[in-house]
Amino acid sequence: MTAPATRTAWTDDPTRVPYWIFSDPETYRREQERIFEGPFWSYVALEAEIPKPGDFIRAEIGDKPVIVLRDETGAIRVFANRCAHRGVAFCHRETGNVTELVCPYHQWTYDLRGRLVGVPFRRGYQGQGGMPEDFAPDQHGLQALAVATRGGVVFASFDHAVEPLDAYLGPLMLHYFDRVFTGRPLAVLGRTRQRIPGNWKLMVENIKDPYHGSLLHVFLVSFGLYRLDQKSKVEMDPTGRHATLSSRRGEQVDHDATRQMRSFKPRFTLADTRLLDPVKEFAGDETVAVQTLWPNLIVQQQSNTLAMRRIVTRGPGAFDLAWTFFGYADDAPEMRQRRLRQANWMGPSGFVSVDDSEVLTIAQQGVAAWPDREALHMLGGSAVGNEDHMVTETAVRGFYRYYRQVMGY
Amino acid sequence: MTVPAHLLLRLEIEDFHTAYCAALDAARYDEWPGFFTDDCLYRIVPRDNHDAGLPLAIMHCEGRGMLVDRVASLAETLFYLPRTLRHMVSGVQAREEGGAIVATSNYLVLQTDSDRQTTVFNYGRYLDRFVRREGALLLAERICVFDSVLVPSSLMVPL
Repeated sequence: MTAPATRTAWTDDPTRVPYWIFSDPETYRREQERIFEGPFWSYVALEAEIPKPGDFIRAEIGDKPVIVLRDETGAIRVFANRCAHRGVAFCHRETGNVTELVCPYHQWTYDLRGRLVGVPFRRGYQGQGGMPEDFAPDQHGLQALAVATRGGVVFASFDHAVEPLDAYLGPLMLHYFDRVFTGRPLAVLGRTRQRIPGNWKLMVENIKDPYHGSLLHVFLVSFGLYRLDQKSKVEMDPTGRHATLSSRRGEQVDHDATRQMRSFKPRFTLADTRLLDPVKEFAGDETVAVQTLWPNLIVQQQSNTLAMRRIVTRGPGAFDLAWTFFGYADDAPEMRQRRLRQANWMGPSGFVSVDDSEVLTIAQQGVAAWPDREALHMLGGSAVGNEDHMVTETAVRGFYRYYRQVMGY
Repeated sequence: MTVPAHLLLRLEIEDFHTAYCAALDAARYDEWPGFFTDDCLYRIVPRDNHDAGLPLAIMHCEGRGMLVDRVASLAETLFYLPRTLRHMVSGVQAREEGGAIVATSNYLVLQTDSDRQTTVFNYGRYLDRFVRREGALLLAERICVFDSVLVPSSLMVPL
């Protein structure tokens, strides 16, 4: 299949991406079908959010609501939040603990394994009505998704043909993933969510783009948390769908690089330096490692602030970014307090991330107005490959190369 | 006729809110830390986290220095789109407690963005602890607990 007939062709030039993919309704529909319901692992929750049997939390994959639940055996199950009867998204609380799942409309009842165990008046009333004799409850359970966990992180897929999670992520991505999710029990610090009036792919490419980090983010640059002249890497799995951007905080200030960072404010200092009090915590020399894991997850480790950012699509022109900040269950009180302070950097009010949500808003305004124009991803050439510097858009090219394959564009 | 003490206290707090909101609405952000004590606590917390006892705030300031850093970032480091914000406060309830004044109020912040549309931006409760310094009220603690978990775009100006 090729691009929608009404649109200009997507040429073979890997440095070009047409803007219609950010606003075209048919593209959005196809993304739901091929990407979010396709054979890929979407992030849904942390195990620490549902520690006890019967605990549940709602999530979304693409724009489809799901329930993430721990059954009575302790196993994690993920179901479509859709009653088998009339389609009611019956789980209407964000989190909670249940012994069974009951749809409020006609009280169809499911057990914690998603089996339909109760249909009121199934046999009718006083010999009248009811469900047909051959109604088979075992064929009308909740739609169960494939589930995989690693290091306390829960992934799910609508497509049970999905490959095993470790093969899906690949060794290079697992190296960074396992660095944070070592199996040490996690502690959820809290959740927050923002709705950004932009296409979801703008968020993904933003996180795969190390170029903007040194230019847009004055906070990062001014305090040396992420600078173009620091030792850094852009790495992908062989498909290009996942990426890790990592960097090492250093003391050096390269004057040539600084000159090109117009936003650098050498005199900007903090009144309270406790806002900026990172300590070394993870294996290796990297002080920041941010992963984009296809299709919906951003794992953020910037100094001591850890967060999962889950992308929820809301039509072609908007997405929610659902944040779960966490630490470790055995964090000392000082470390917990440090994480709560560093949470100021990220989220809907982040010293760093506000820049992104604001820029993505006006990015959407531009790309939606000119669907037949195209983006340039020429930084660092036209190839897709791992690099040990930040002046490259290689991971953005890798993402779109893979996106085209999946979408058939 | 004498005015009952609790009405006077409420009036005094409403007077505080009026000055506080006027400073923010006029974007006189450098005045904002002056409404707090040196060792204040200021937090903006989604209600779900507050109710569940989860400690995460989307804005977390311990002490006036961090308030200063917040408003400095508005002028110095953040990129954000121009907008007009209006704060409204109502439903003030207050009582004296151990030398401080514990108060709760409803707040509403309306946003007019660069597309000129006015929308409800944030709605919730101020959970406040005031102290008197040289006769005037200062906030020793303000926790803004907002009802919606969802923030439209970004929230960079304090509530």
